[in-house]
Amino acid sequence: MTASPSIANAGPAQTYDGPPDYQAVGRHAVFPETDHDEVARLNFLAQMNRHLSTRVMPFVKTAWEQRVEPNLVKTSGQPKSRHDVRKALTADPMFQTWSALRRLTMEQRQQAGRWTAVRQAESLAAKVRDLTEGDPRLQLNPDLPIPRYVSAVDHHCMPGSYHSELFEGDVSVAASYDHGIFATTGGMLGRYLDGGGQAVAAWMKKTHPDFQPRRILDIGCTLGHNIVPIAQAFPEAEVIAIDVGAPMLRYGLARAKSLGVENITFVQADGSDLSRWADGHFDWVQTTMFLHELSYASMKAIFAESHRVLAPDGFVLHVEQPQYTPDMSLFEQAMRDWDCFYNNEPFWSTLHEIDLDGWLVEAGFARDRLLHVGVTAVVDRELFPDAADDDSEDFGRKAAWHVIGARK
Amino acid sequence: MSLPLALDVASAKPAGKRPYFMEQEVERVLGIAMAAVQELAVARQRMDTLERILEAKGVMTRDEINAFRPDADQAAERGLWMQEYLVRVLRNVQQEGEAIKADARGDIRSEEVAAELSEDA
Repeated sequence: MTASPSIANAGPAQTYDGPPDYQAVGRHAVFPETDHDEVARLNFLAQMNRHLSTRVMPFVKTAWEQRVEPNLVKTSGQPKSRHDVRKALTADPMFQTWSALRRLTMEQRQQAGRWTAVRQAESLAAKVRDLTEGDPRLQLNPDLPIPRYVSAVDHHCMPGSYHSELFEGDVSVAASYDHGIFATTGGMLGRYLDGGGQAVAAWMKKTHPDFQPRRILDIGCTLGHNIVPIAQAFPEAEVIAIDVGAPMLRYGLARAKSLGVENITFVQADGSDLSRWADGHFDWVQTTMFLHELSYASMKAIFAESHRVLAPDGFVLHVEQPQYTPDMSLFEQAMRDWDCFYNNEPFWSTLHEIDLDGWLVEAGFARDRLLHVGVTAVVDRELFPDAADDDSEDFGRKAAWHVIGARK
Repeated sequence: MSLPLALDVASAKPAGKRPYFMEQEVERVLGIAMAAVQELAVARQRMDTLERILEAKGVMTRDEINAFRPDADQAAERGLWMQEYLVRVLRNVQQEGEAIKADARGDIRSEEVAAELSEDA
């Protein structure tokens, strides 16, 4: 019931262009409870990110074109790299304002999510325990060393990263990540953050309809949101999801089970050492938005191990933000580098300039069996924005990815 | 309850030295301002929720809010509240103004008085 005049197809919803209301997110059995104000906070932060990317960031481009670039060329000549561009931008007040607000918005998102998750940390841990205790599909290894690339800085300013626990059995880092990422993506990952996995599964079914993977490995699974849709699309497959962070794995299994997904085993392991699995054990090795959080050494090892554990004709697929290429302007490269320098994503910049094709070949894949595919998140378009229709750009954060991979 | 734990760690710093884009003092104030902007949005959303629930229950319509005209006493109470609010929010501006004359009169630091009082002992 509403007192406002209601004319069919002429309400505010028809012309609204922005993030959906947070209440549209999917809630599973271990999703944290959110009260009115916590929801309002996440709605505000999603709108804030949208505002920054659509209404403030364009001014950074204007500032670059109108004053930063001409000044730079006059004083130092043409910029030779994205780093020259970024260094020049850091002195510009528009870049400073946008950057300060973007950083603060991320910090506020982490604070908001952490508050909600930690205030109910004990009940969340109990719910997760009830769903996972004694389940052979949760295999933790408390002695696993946490790699330097995870422990040195907390990725995307997330205090505690993926692995730390406030008490034994705590899952608050996973709960914060799960329910708060909406603020950063404005709903573009879909109801259960599964738009990326759905897109990959749909691509596989469409392009290789006869492919029936027996075993699938997801490396760096975090809370399983990217592998759940693949496990759903291939219910006959045995899926192994690995991560170094125990809280993510506990939460991931409880979450998957409560969504009715029973074919995933969550294992605490480092992708650079897959020695527990024999050569050719898997038909599909998947990573999603994972490579940019690694290091040279770990990525080389993960590529080599991925090749080893793949069966002949098996697929390896890495979903990532697009690589920097010579036809991408130095300004765009510098803007895409922002997360590396200012959002605790230390490998982001390096990754995007690597010759990934060359690395895959070095790991053992045949050059003529390499794959490059563009995908956008598959979402319920009634409620969620579709990245394929969205012409805004939030350099490095849009739900439009590049899949690089190979068939063995 | 995990509330004490949340109070301790919800605002924790992530590992990794923080970059600053402006003078640190400016960015600190901006950060506090943006948090206040966020909380104002939260309060505004809560009010909107309340209005819509009251409207749905037939208690009032939102048009009545727009049509509301305070009578003289109500207007006075509301005006007084606004004055009290501004005095509170802009306290430091008032104090900086008062300091101009106080300085001219020779306003003195507490620590100077402390030294003076110790001399007498």
